[in-house]
Amino acid sequence: MKQLIKANLIPVGIIILFGILTPVFESALDAYVQTIFIYCLINVVLSVSLNLVNGFTGQFSIGHAGFMAVGAYASAYVTMTYPSYLGGVMGAGGAEGILLQIQFFINVLLGGFVAAFAGWAVGLPSLKLKGDYLAIVTLGFGEIIRVILLNTEAVGGARGMYGIPKIANFFWVSSWAFICILVVWRLVRSTHGRGFLSVREDEIAAESVGINTTQFKTKAFVISSFFAGIAGGLFAHYLAYLNPSSFTFMKSFDVVVMVVLGGMGSITGSVISAVIITVLPEALRPLQELTQIDFRMVIYSLALVVLMLTRPQGLMGTKEISDYLKFFKKRGSSNV
Amino acid sequence: MEEFVQHFINGISLGSIYALIAIGYTMVYGILQLINFAHSDVYMIGAFTGYYFGNYISRLGWVTLPSWSAFFFTLACAMLVCGFLGFMIERFAYRPLRKAPKLNILITAIGISLFLEYTGQIVFGADPKVFPNLLNDVELFSSESGNVRISSFDIVILTVSVSLVVILNFIIFKTKLGKAMRATSFNDTWAALMGIPVDRIISYTFVIGSALAAAGGILVGIKYPKIEPLMGVMIGLKAFVAAVLGGIGNLTGAVIGALIMGLAEQFVVGYGSSTYRDALAFGILIVILLFKPAGLLGKFGVEKV
Amino acid sequence: MSEKCLLDVQDITMKFGGLCAVNKFKLQLKKGELVGLIGPNGAGKTTVFNMLTGVYRPTSGDILFQNESLLGLKPFDINSLGLARTFQNIRLFKSLSVLDNVLVASHRKTAYGLMDSILVTDTRCELEDKARADAIELLKIFNMENLIDEQAGSLSYGKQRCLEIVRALATKPQILFLDEPAAGMNSTEKVTLMKIIDSIRDKFDLTILLIEHDMKLVMGICERIVVLDHGVIISQGAPQDIQNDPKVIEAYLGASVLEAHS
Repeated sequence: MKQLIKANLIPVGIIILFGILTPVFESALDAYVQTIFIYCLINVVLSVSLNLVNGFTGQFSIGHAGFMAVGAYASAYVTMTYPSYLGGVMGAGGAEGILLQIQFFINVLLGGFVAAFAGWAVGLPSLKLKGDYLAIVTLGFGEIIRVILLNTEAVGGARGMYGIPKIANFFWVSSWAFICILVVWRLVRSTHGRGFLSVREDEIAAESVGINTTQFKTKAFVISSFFAGIAGGLFAHYLAYLNPSSFTFMKSFDVVVMVVLGGMGSITGSVISAVIITVLPEALRPLQELTQIDFRMVIYSLALVVLMLTRPQGLMGTKEISDYLKFFKKRGSSNV
Repeated sequence: MEEFVQHFINGISLGSIYALIAIGYTMVYGILQLINFAHSDVYMIGAFTGYYFGNYISRLGWVTLPSWSAFFFTLACAMLVCGFLGFMIERFAYRPLRKAPKLNILITAIGISLFLEYTGQIVFGADPKVFPNLLNDVELFSSESGNVRISSFDIVILTVSVSLVVILNFIIFKTKLGKAMRATSFNDTWAALMGIPVDRIISYTFVIGSALAAAGGILVGIKYPKIEPLMGVMIGLKAFVAAVLGGIGNLTGAVIGALIMGLAEQFVVGYGSSTYRDALAFGILIVILLFKPAGLLGKFGVEKV
Repeated sequence: MSEKCLLDVQDITMKFGGLCAVNKFKLQLKKGELVGLIGPNGAGKTTVFNMLTGVYRPTSGDILFQNESLLGLKPFDINSLGLARTFQNIRLFKSLSVLDNVLVASHRKTAYGLMDSILVTDTRCELEDKARADAIELLKIFNMENLIDEQAGSLSYGKQRCLEIVRALATKPQILFLDEPAAGMNSTEKVTLMKIIDSIRDKFDLTILLIEHDMKLVMGICERIVVLDHGVIISQGAPQDIQNDPKVIEAYLGASVLEAHS
């Protein structure tokens, strides 16, 4: 118990702090900045979770948007179909408001689990493939998920889903982003994480010391899909409508760019680059309005190529912020 | 029955276009073990070169549209431009990464692909363009009921594709260049030790593959005359699937795979639902990779321990 | 079959296409033995190892470990039964630390769940601390306990080979397969290493099969030697018998030398 409390006191405190800061956030910042902030955090969840597969486990997946879509649609569907199974009321304060929040939490979590299941179903057969074959199969599965959604009338088909209650706020999004970072951070520093890393380093050697590489790859893939689903649920309940066209492989590429730019195998890098990639287009908006041309994707793609040619390890390589703060860290304590 | 024959004809026609693009994938994969994601966009550039060039020469009054000379002129020009583009891509994006991890090259390929697509959207405009009418479509054969039709386009597409594949086969199996290519794809280190200029051979491979993709772009342009900067994405994926289906790295396999892809797609559209048309390619790909990853004619190496 | 026979290799054959890399390889390892597997380059020694550890599946024949067949098992299953190996072309987890390399191998000792990792439970901390202490204990054998935070890929060649042995030991094997553990070392290092190998056998109650190029080196510590040439066993027995076997001399030095000698 002692370790458990010691290790989790600060994280719980941080989440409470997010709760306290929420009203401040909502009143102090204008709506535009708030929106960008929320998208930054959702993208942090996506990039950090994809990094678990692409960076730490060394498997190259480019179908993350598919799992995000699964989570988004699953949670939104439950919210729309059973609007108040716990008795919560939208916009109400007190107990009813809290019940609604709890229900929202459950729905997003559910979306995560459905996405995790999809990740398992996709990962189990395809993760025995390597490198570019795996990449193209994940791309394929991501697209198939989208085509299925496009053809499912129960979730609106090509029209999409409208009128999803907008419940995701600063508190939820930042808490989930924090939880995602914390979970991935602690996982890669555990026996499971060492398993992931060993698969990345050398599969044959990993198997020779008893690591079931397929099992570890699947584990990483499932956890990664879970958080993609969470990000999807948050996205759905923030944007308030869903459309299959939000989850094309372009979205997957976006996330891949974040992971690669940040450095495959660096959580800090994923966070930084998720913020850069979200803010950059907004910062470039004046240029875009001036020229009437959308340079965003051209710059992305060019940046990706230049990055690979000049600094393939990304911004951070496999380093974390803690490596730079080692001075303050007590040597030898591996317990976060 | 007649319906079946018609789908069959359309399938072969479509499949032969896939074959031209699939060959580029398979050649590059054979020599570099790289999925050249940018290949599908080279095909797109081929179609757009045809669009601009075709319009330009007719405006200059060099040739009249539609005519055979216009068609062959445009075809040759698109192949040249794309051959050069393929050379540039290899030279400046892939060659510096020859010794880098596979993943970096793959990411670069994705980057180049996105770059061509979005630059295309800015330069050519995102809205579809109508491909110039290079050739007249003549109905060569029509059954009594009118259900089976063979148009001259089908014949042109098939003839051009078959000729190009025959020429390619000649290059690869009968010339010194081809021998060098085969040696390089077998083992580039040993090939280099035998005095083969590996870098130059790889350049040739890209030039040839890209030129074939451009031919595919022109043929698609005359048959389905709406072209746009993202046109390469789906057809590129399908051609890639065709290459994997046939056994990647294997030329004959790519052609067979492409014909199967073309036929399968026409039959799905003809007898099933067209909404699942694009999912079909991925479905085939996934089934192949999971059950016979080496494809129909390929073989998989054992990793040395 | 006697109870003491730990590993019974029955006529395993490995064919790659038309090439027969190993033909009807037979071997019986008794508990506690240290056996050398020698032979010239390309004789098929590593292929034998790859079959024994499940990397390749033999074309024919059978491998019995404690009377259970290992055929068709994956390398990680075989490792969990108690067979560990090192690699001729060092295969460390290069960008991980020395300690992490050993900890990866002791994952069975740190079998806490995902939630334990995420919540940092007491179970996790205890098991991690224990595994860490054990790993350092193992590293001490090769005087590497002060290198735990170094990147494995940055170690010297000799140290990397030692780390591979430590990593294999961390999986708590009964049989250890060492693939040219002394390759690339100088002669003093080699002698030290052989002594260490001999000592870990007693310390961990191991059975060891050792591939080595250098005949002189294995003579000293192995009780029994198997000589492989062109995929076939050409001789086996006690070191001194092997040394004088004309077939072995021929394989190593060529027939002409033998004629010149006689």
